[in-house]
Amino acid sequence: MLIDFFLKLKSHKLPVSIKEYLTLLEAMGKGVIGPSVDDFYYLSRAALVKDEANFDKFDRAFAEFWQGVETIPGIEAQIPLEWLLKQVELTLTEEEKKQIEALGGWEKLMETLKQRLEEQKGRHQGGSKWIGTGGTSPFGAYGYNPEGIRIGQDRSRNRSAVKVWDQREYRNLDDSVELGTRNIKVALRRLRRFAREGAPDEFDLENTISSTARKAYLDIHMRPERRNTVKVLMLMDIGGTMDDHIKLAEELFSAAKTEFKHLEFYYFHNCLYDFVWKDNRRRHSERTRTWDLLHKYGHDYKVVFVGDATMSPYEILQPGGSIEYFNEEPGAVWIKRFMDVYPKCIWLNPEPEEIWGYRQSIQVLKELMNGRMYPTTLSGLERAMKVLAK
Amino acid sequence: MRFNGSDEYVSTDDLTLAVNAAIQLQRPLLVKGEPGTGKTMLAVQVAKALGVPLLEWHIKSTTKAQQGLYEYDAVSRLRDSQLGDPRVHDIHNYIVKGMLWQAFSADSPVVLLIDEVDKADIEFPNDLLRELDRMEFYVYETRELVKAKHRPIVFITSNNEKELPDAFLRRCFFHYIRFPDKETMEKIVGVHFPELKKTLLREAMDVFFEVREVPGLKKKPSTSELLDWLKLLLAEDIPTDALRSKDRKTIIPPLHGALLKNEQDVHLFERLVFMTRAKGA
Repeated sequence: MLIDFFLKLKSHKLPVSIKEYLTLLEAMGKGVIGPSVDDFYYLSRAALVKDEANFDKFDRAFAEFWQGVETIPGIEAQIPLEWLLKQVELTLTEEEKKQIEALGGWEKLMETLKQRLEEQKGRHQGGSKWIGTGGTSPFGAYGYNPEGIRIGQDRSRNRSAVKVWDQREYRNLDDSVELGTRNIKVALRRLRRFAREGAPDEFDLENTISSTARKAYLDIHMRPERRNTVKVLMLMDIGGTMDDHIKLAEELFSAAKTEFKHLEFYYFHNCLYDFVWKDNRRRHSERTRTWDLLHKYGHDYKVVFVGDATMSPYEILQPGGSIEYFNEEPGAVWIKRFMDVYPKCIWLNPEPEEIWGYRQSIQVLKELMNGRMYPTTLSGLERAMKVLAK
Repeated sequence: MRFNGSDEYVSTDDLTLAVNAAIQLQRPLLVKGEPGTGKTMLAVQVAKALGVPLLEWHIKSTTKAQQGLYEYDAVSRLRDSQLGDPRVHDIHNYIVKGMLWQAFSADSPVVLLIDEVDKADIEFPNDLLRELDRMEFYVYETRELVKAKHRPIVFITSNNEKELPDAFLRRCFFHYIRFPDKETMEKIVGVHFPELKKTLLREAMDVFFEVREVPGLKKKPSTSELLDWLKLLLAEDIPTDALRSKDRKTIIPPLHGALLKNEQDVHLFERLVFMTRAKGA
């Protein structure tokens, strides 16, 4: 029962398991829902999908399953009647069933449909008799006859019967889209690492007991509180091509600022060279030597580069390639130094991942970063945090 | 037992169905959603509607799964032993029952709320797998098995700060509370402020959804913030006209501090209002 449905979800790469599938069957067996597809949609979603990021995928799979015909054009004439009957019956509401009466009842409608299916040879569009799309015949899709049977239509024309899964309301929760501040915060939170560090101000019960037992007098032990001790060094590209991504960079920055207690940030332009700076307006007067960064922050810092890595490859590979001043060592050397000092080092790139292959400088930097370049989508950020947290 | 919403809580169809499925199949229901959409209130209201007691277990970053089962109060026992209290010989005196134990040993079914499960350590949900699945656990100190007399109705809320382990998710029903649309929102407000004038409500709602649509807000106002704001509007007796103007974008809504909680957001909002006003002039 419903195994096809289950497999359909699997083929849409939804992480569904047998146990959840059995739960769904159990719920149906117990009569949790009435015979309505909307209810079935809600129930199967509650039982099978455990992450709102997957809701959109589920909606698409569901729509495809219940109205499976639409994916193959011209299949209308080959549908086995029994199957069609079952499917249509399921998607009909009470009102729709009443409307069918207007055409002489269900039996008659199906009888006619069968006849037409036999008469019809090819795909059809328009007109008022044949099955196809866009006509006024009671059979087919995108038509206006209220007594019509919908075959292969992804949403009903008159808005009254829009099925929930066709609305795809959860599209913006899909984790392959771009982020908002809250999403970023949530993703960054995965980096949390708790450790005891600092002043001992918490009563350590276990140590006190064992120590008291050993010494035969009450020996109180204290320990420092557990805190998030992740240290992050963030280096952001600013200006030039990054102007397109200012909003995203701002969001990322404000999220990071509230999430990490030890967050150090610096700006650079296009690629990392001898200097970085903290205040972009005073970038020429108040800058920090990159060597100082390497010496000041220990190797337990996690380094996050943020930049679109879009520039001429010379800016990375050649001495003097910087567009701002003559740099004696190429940017690649600096990147490599960072990679050597900080084992946890990643690059976040706001450009969409699909175009990376077409920009040489992105390829070069990705190679320099040992492939640890991630897009700033929710899933990209999550992958990045996983690498950093390892 | 069936839940059909209550006079104090507006439940959408899909939420009602998820709750009933969880009740009938006796599985935990995991509820996620934007902050302030009533995740915690759901458990409170279900308990109220079904007329069963509610046990709340609020999770913090330092909470351990064991604390929900029971804790062995070694310090009291140590003290009692030094004072020569006879109670010290029976270990039962020093086992403090946690929320799960209380829920399991209740004489009638209860609603158990495990609030903000994602705040805890990553291992926390894994440590509760058997307890939530079989509804039983073993007390090592007294060598007894605690089994649920009635399987409690378990609600778990999460703010998505950590991913929950798959094994844990497989045992739950899941529901994501979407941000309510205007219609549902009107119902929700009606439930909280039944005496609110229709006109004021409509104006306030328009302003609220407009503020939500301002691009670039760090924290969009949520349902609970709308309710707070309305409370303030009522308390201050702001006339409906103050909310309405020919071009609504030219005024800053009164008491906007209840809606926008971040000075950068307020700043951004004021700037936008200023810009539209400059354009209109």
